[in-house]
Amino acid sequence: MQTKRTTFRSYWLPYLLIAPQLAITLIFFIWPAGQAVRQSFLQEDPFGLSTKFVGLKNYVKLFHSAEYLASFETTVIFTLCTATLSMGLALLFAVAVDRMIRTSSAYTTFMVWPYAVAPAIAGVLWWFMFNPSVGVLTYALDVMGYDWNHRLSGTDAMILVVLASSWKQISYNFLFFVAGLQSIPQSLREAAAIDGAGPVKRFFTVVFPLLSPTTFFLLVVNINYTMFDTFSTIDASTAGGPGQATTILVYKVYEDGYKGLNLGSSAAQSVILMGIVMVLTFIQFRFIERRVQY
Amino acid sequence: MQRSLIAGLALTSALVAPLAASAQTEVTWWHAMGGALGEKVDEIVAGYNASQDQYHLTAVYKGSYTETMTAAIAAFRAGEQPDLVQVFEVGTGTMMAAEGAVYPVYKLMEDHGQNFDPSVYLPAVAGYYTNTDGKMLSMPFNSSTPILYYNKDIFEAAGLDPEVAPETWADMEAFTQQIVDSGAATCGFTTGWISWAQLENLSAWHNQPIGTNENGFGSIDSKLTVNGPVQVRHWENLAKWQEAGLFKYGGPGGGADAAPAFYSGECAIYMNSSASRAGVLANTDFDLGLGMLPYYADVEGAPQNSIIGGATLWTLTGASDAEYEGVADFLTYLSSAEVQADWHQFTGYLPITTAAYELSKEQGYYDENPGADIAIKQVNLNEPTANSKGLRFGNYVQIRGVIDEEFEALLSGSKTAQDALDDLVERGNSLIEEFVEANG
Repeated sequence: MQTKRTTFRSYWLPYLLIAPQLAITLIFFIWPAGQAVRQSFLQEDPFGLSTKFVGLKNYVKLFHSAEYLASFETTVIFTLCTATLSMGLALLFAVAVDRMIRTSSAYTTFMVWPYAVAPAIAGVLWWFMFNPSVGVLTYALDVMGYDWNHRLSGTDAMILVVLASSWKQISYNFLFFVAGLQSIPQSLREAAAIDGAGPVKRFFTVVFPLLSPTTFFLLVVNINYTMFDTFSTIDASTAGGPGQATTILVYKVYEDGYKGLNLGSSAAQSVILMGIVMVLTFIQFRFIERRVQY
Repeated sequence: MQRSLIAGLALTSALVAPLAASAQTEVTWWHAMGGALGEKVDEIVAGYNASQDQYHLTAVYKGSYTETMTAAIAAFRAGEQPDLVQVFEVGTGTMMAAEGAVYPVYKLMEDHGQNFDPSVYLPAVAGYYTNTDGKMLSMPFNSSTPILYYNKDIFEAAGLDPEVAPETWADMEAFTQQIVDSGAATCGFTTGWISWAQLENLSAWHNQPIGTNENGFGSIDSKLTVNGPVQVRHWENLAKWQEAGLFKYGGPGGGADAAPAFYSGECAIYMNSSASRAGVLANTDFDLGLGMLPYYADVEGAPQNSIIGGATLWTLTGASDAEYEGVADFLTYLSSAEVQADWHQFTGYLPITTAAYELSKEQGYYDENPGADIAIKQVNLNEPTANSKGLRFGNYVQIRGVIDEEFEALLSGSKTAQDALDDLVERGNSLIEEFVEANG
């Protein structure tokens, strides 16, 4: 590691400079997280009038709950589908735009628009298009002979939330892929072309491997996005249903804590989620990042 | 920067000044009445504030029922609770169990010298919110009950008598079959609130127990019993009718898709709260018919009486005596016949006191609006029994969610009606157990 080191003469100045950031971290991250850990060992009525220490009971209960385990599975399916779809389409669009010469900036601007739409609005938009009674897409599917009803079919509901969540994220992924593509030296592609590689071969042997840092970064961001930021999309489109078919872990924390006022269980679920994030981040940076060529 | 700071300070002091200057006691009320209902609430509050100068009541809209209740609980934990909060009927169990957090209304009224007689309220309303000693713990405000709405134009097109509402479920099947077969509409009927209309009210209407200990009124440690033969039969029928195209599912909770399906003429019949009447009238231009909920004629004791839904006002502990004085004064104002009759006629909620009902009659409201008293007749049809005075279970907000989930499992064909209701009871009971553990 060859970085330039800056040293402070005074002893307290560096601490003073990082103090605001530390304070924010402590107040908004560490303290609530600590509260969640504490709450997860307690059993309490909603008003906080009677509190009882119950040890690991909240956790034990969770892992004996079929609904909670099903929610794990739902989360994995949802995350994989959303990340794959949004990154795949974004890459396709980015490659397409990259080949354009004059119109690329116009297309880039258009592609970014969905990102400005609030997640809840995106959820409502898709809810409208797929509404079993008045939805445009439902009608189109009906004409094609498919009876769409995300109110009753868990598969339809999952497709709906995956589409709604990916649609928004495509813009973000697209921007990074475009930037990544532009940073690949033209000479490499030309060299491959001279060697006789066609566009498809050039993409898979030259462009895609060189894009891997971007892809890796986006993978991390997208998994975090689907696991934590899709809450409002789900709430506005399917509300976790039908029959918990689209209740991902984060949504269940909300359902049990906010609607059900079961704070102990909700806190235990948050702590488990925290653990998942820590493990995922660790795996991604420790093992995967090493194999990615920068 | 400097200028905006000064402007900000000026604004803050402008906001604070009238509060500090006035000698009125501030009373706050959090409610969940949005849209037209919210405007009506504001009107009531303005009327109250103009009627006296000792107290100043501020009503704050806090979102949906769930959001309002959660906000009040969170505020209570932080010591910032409002004096008065509107809580929906399924939150009653939770509020009743929170003894240190609520100031029972009967006590509040007693302590502050207000004349308060629970017997002036409609029995179906009062019964839902009194404890086992007959004391009223919260103040009834907006109560409604599910009724049946139908599209007379479609009935006529299908060759049915538009003046005859389906009375039994056998009628429902025959009528909707004729409607669908004749092509007058693509769907026979839909409903809001599967849980409230097609399970809880179905049980009460047929005098079937919803749970043990008088539907949970006797003890918080009760069990659900909604997997009886009548309920199983009804859910089986709903699944069958859905398959045959006679019934259309309107979605979980309140059933967001049900109202549009009825408004657009897709479905001929619609069951939902009597308080939906204003919305139905505002959104449709066909000839509207109203009726009572259908029943199975061969079930003994049916029809019994339907149960209510809606919300009551709870007083929270931790405020000053002067504030409670104001709350008690406002509650007396709110339950006066004039205010109640106006609220009832505007919204379609039940007139919660007998006096308000009589006043509405005197004013000729029911003559001008035929069918507007169906809800009252339905809740008053018979003296409520242990099975039909209401229900009270802990964690019921979540149980309502379970009901929707199991109903969806039934409609998607993954469970039979018996299995769905058995699973519902089992899951519901474990939620009640959790509640008992947390509050015991």
